[in-house]
Formats: sequence, structure tokens, C-alpha cells
Amino acid sequence: MGLRDALFGRTKPAAPKLDNLFALPTAALTLQSQLDLVTSGEAGLCFKAGSGESSITSDEDLTQLLDFDESGGKVSFTTDDLGFKWLLIHDPDLGNLVTRIHGANTSMVEHGLGERLLCAVFGFVPATPPGEGSVRMVYLLKQGTFYPFAPTGKDQRDNELELRVQSFLGSDLPMEKDLSRWMALWNLPVN
Amino acid sequence: MAKTNIEKDHGLDVRMFITGLALVLLYAIIVTLLLRFGVSFVFVIVIGAGLLFSQYYFSDKIAMFSMHAHEVTPAEEPRLHQIVDRLCLLGNVPKPRVGVAEMDMPNAFATGRSPSHAVICATRGIMTRLNDEELEAVLAHELSHVAHRDVAIMTIASGVGMLAGLVGRIAMWGAMFSGGGNNRDGEQMVLLEIATWLISIVIYVIAYLLTMALSRYRELAADRSGAILIGKPSVLASALVHITGDIGKIPRTDLRKSEGMNAFFFAPALASGTAASLFSTHPSLEKRLDQLKKLEIELNG
Repeated sequence: MGLRDALFGRTKPAAPKLDNLFALPTAALTLQSQLDLVTSGEAGLCFKAGSGESSITSDEDLTQLLDFDESGGKVSFTTDDLGFKWLLIHDPDLGNLVTRIHGANTSMVEHGLGERLLCAVFGFVPATPPGEGSVRMVYLLKQGTFYPFAPTGKDQRDNELELRVQSFLGSDLPMEKDLSRWMALWNLPVN
Repeated sequence: MAKTNIEKDHGLDVRMFITGLALVLLYAIIVTLLLRFGVSFVFVIVIGAGLLFSQYYFSDKIAMFSMHAHEVTPAEEPRLHQIVDRLCLLGNVPKPRVGVAEMDMPNAFATGRSPSHAVICATRGIMTRLNDEELEAVLAHELSHVAHRDVAIMTIASGVGMLAGLVGRIAMWGAMFSGGGNNRDGEQMVLLEIATWLISIVIYVIAYLLTMALSRYRELAADRSGAILIGKPSVLASALVHITGDIGKIPRTDLRKSEGMNAFFFAPALASGTAASLFSTHPSLEKRLDQLKKLEIELNG
């Protein structure tokens, strides 16, 4: 991609970048020591449900496609009010959550659905409630970068907390540097 | 004052600079063309003044149009109207028309050729980000622009700048055609013509920089009057912190709904870098906060 593509208005579908995900467990240690935040035991993978491939629109097909055994924690699907599909994983161990989200991503990519992936979200909650509020770490699959999202209400977010998370994690995690890409995810199903 | 790590909104600065530069270039091109076709200088000045005047006279419509803003009634935006009503009573100024721009970027502006033709406008982004008190502070700042007749002042300032450029050009042309007479050959003429161009561009740029400096002072003046009007400089300071710098850049738009969704589903053709801004119509946040802090001590200390 360069100036020529820009001039002619060309874009090509971006391949998702999956490997940066594995930096999260290390960063979580910093989150715990600096901000007293621990994993909520929930993670979600958000993707756009397609209209064409009817074969993968049902939850059973998706489960089959993602090739999950139900032994390692609960897996469920939900569709949010904006029409996006969420794969939700429950597991008290962050390392397992990351591995399973990565596995789901990989099989989506293998089945040619990589372009549909929007983001992965990991929930973090105060170890000693109420603390300073919970934070979701959002992983932008196309950019391969993380950013924090700390909603405090229907359409309000705690920007100060988010910027503090960024300043603590800057060295551990590939953070999204362009703050205008720290989009909100209101009413998301991951806690 | 402690040094903050808050940056300016480069995108907005660059946009404003480009707009200003485009305006100057437009004038330069029109003037050059007219002179080329043998139109007299007096006529060029009259046309330039006419353009400036219409820009001033229709300033409210031009600004509303370029920001995609629309006027709103008290029924549509009761909160915004209530705040403006109260401020106008407090400051004893006529109530301007009130508008809203449907964009997430936190911003507000006031424009119009006179206080009775003014329009005060807030973006949706600023209304969701600020609480009532902070929004009131920002609107007080904008109302001060109206009361200070900043649209008229800035029009005159940029008019003077253009006039300076024009006078510089006239002087150069005078030098070109007097003196040497028929002795000059074609090559020399071309060089002289280029020199004329360069000098008038330099004059335009200097005039533009001076206009920007004036604009920054007007902003500080509006900060001051606005803060005095509401009596709480610290609230305006907190509003500024919430809408400029890093916090102002974090969007409220939903990732799944964002218009720039393509940016997430497709790789961007050009990476979005931050262009450094050399010219700014607004003073730095540090300067503004510093002034407000002093004012807070004066008023409430």
C-alpha cells in the first residue's frame, strides 16, 4: 500500500494480525500491580455476521467451525443490537482465554473469514471492588494493537482511567497510538 | 506551572491552516489573473474588498455550511438553549441563534457579522463530553467572541494583510517597468517576474502569520471574558482539558457503527501520521490554562 494505491482509491482487505495477542498475559501483571485490575474471566470475539455464507450463520455451525471442545470453560454466542456476532468465552485463567481467542481467530482465518473479524475484548475488573472501575482491553485485529475502554454509563467513558492504563502498559503491549481509533463499544456483552 | 503532556489537536490545526492558506492563495490567484488581463489596480482592490466583505457579511452562513451545522429550536435542544439564555441575561447581550453540528469532534464556534446576526454553535461531541457547567463555560467563551466582534476584527486584519501583499506587488511592478526600459531582455524579465511572485508570497505569508497571532490574542481575550462572565475560571479550564489534547481525541463513536468502518475492515491506503503544525489560530493549552489559573486566584482567591 502506498501513494499509488491512495491516488487510485484502492484498498485491499487487511489480514488480521493475531500474534500480538500473546503479549496480554504479561501486561496483565502490570495491570494488577499498578491499577489493581484482574481478569474478569470473560473474553469476547466480535465479528460481522455475513449475509452470503448461510452455512455459518447458525451458532452450531460456528461452534463446529471453531472446533471447540466444551471441556475448557463455557463458550456461547450472542448477537448484539448492532447485528454483530460475539463469541464469548468464560475461563478464570487469562492465559487460557488468550489461547482460545487466538484459536478461534486462527480457525476463522482458515475458513476465509479473517476479513470479518473486528476485535477481541478482554474484561478486567478491580481485584478489590469497587476500585476505580472496570476496563476492557480491546484488541484491534486488523491493526494488531490494543486500547483500553472503560465505560461508566450508557454513553460515557472514563478517559482519565484509559489514559492511565495506556501509560502503564505502553512498554508491555503494542498500544494503539492513534487515540482517534479508540472507538467505544457501548453495551458490549463482555464483562 | 507544571508541564503537561497534553498535545494540541494537530488535525484541527492543520485543517484551519490549510483553510487559511487556501483563502490567501485564492485571493493571490484572483489578483494575479485580473492584473494579467490588464485590469486596473483600483478595480482589483474594489473586487478584493467586495470578496472580503461578502465573506464577512455571510460569515454565519459560510461557517454553518462548512461545519454541517443546522439551527435548532428550544424544543429540539432545551439544554443548549437554556444555557445560552442564562448567559445572555447574565452578560446583557442579545441572544444569538443556536446551532448544532452532528459530529463527534468536540468543538464550538460563534460567528456572524454583528451581535444581532450572530450564531453560536456546538458539536454533538462537545455536548456529550461536557457536563452542564463546563458546556456553559465554553458557550460563555463563544459569546465573548460575539461581544468582542471578532468576526469583524479578523476580517479587517486579513484585509489589511492582503492589501500589504498587493502594495508589495505594485511596488515591484513599478521597479520592473521603470529604470532599465528597453535594455532588458526576455530572460531578465522572467527572473524579475519570478522575484515579484516570491516577494508577494512572502508578504502574504507574513501577513497570514500576523493574523494568526492576532487570532491567538483574541482567543485569550475571549477566555478571560468568558471566565469572568461565569465567575469560575477553573470550570472553563476543566472544559478545555476535556475537549483538547489526548482526551478530546478519544471518540465516543461506537467501533461497530463508525463511518470509518472501512479503516477497520480494510488496510488504509495511507498510514495516518501526525503532521506537525507550525501555525495555529489558538494559543497552546498551557497558555490558556495558565491565564485561567491566574484569573481564578484574582476572582476567587
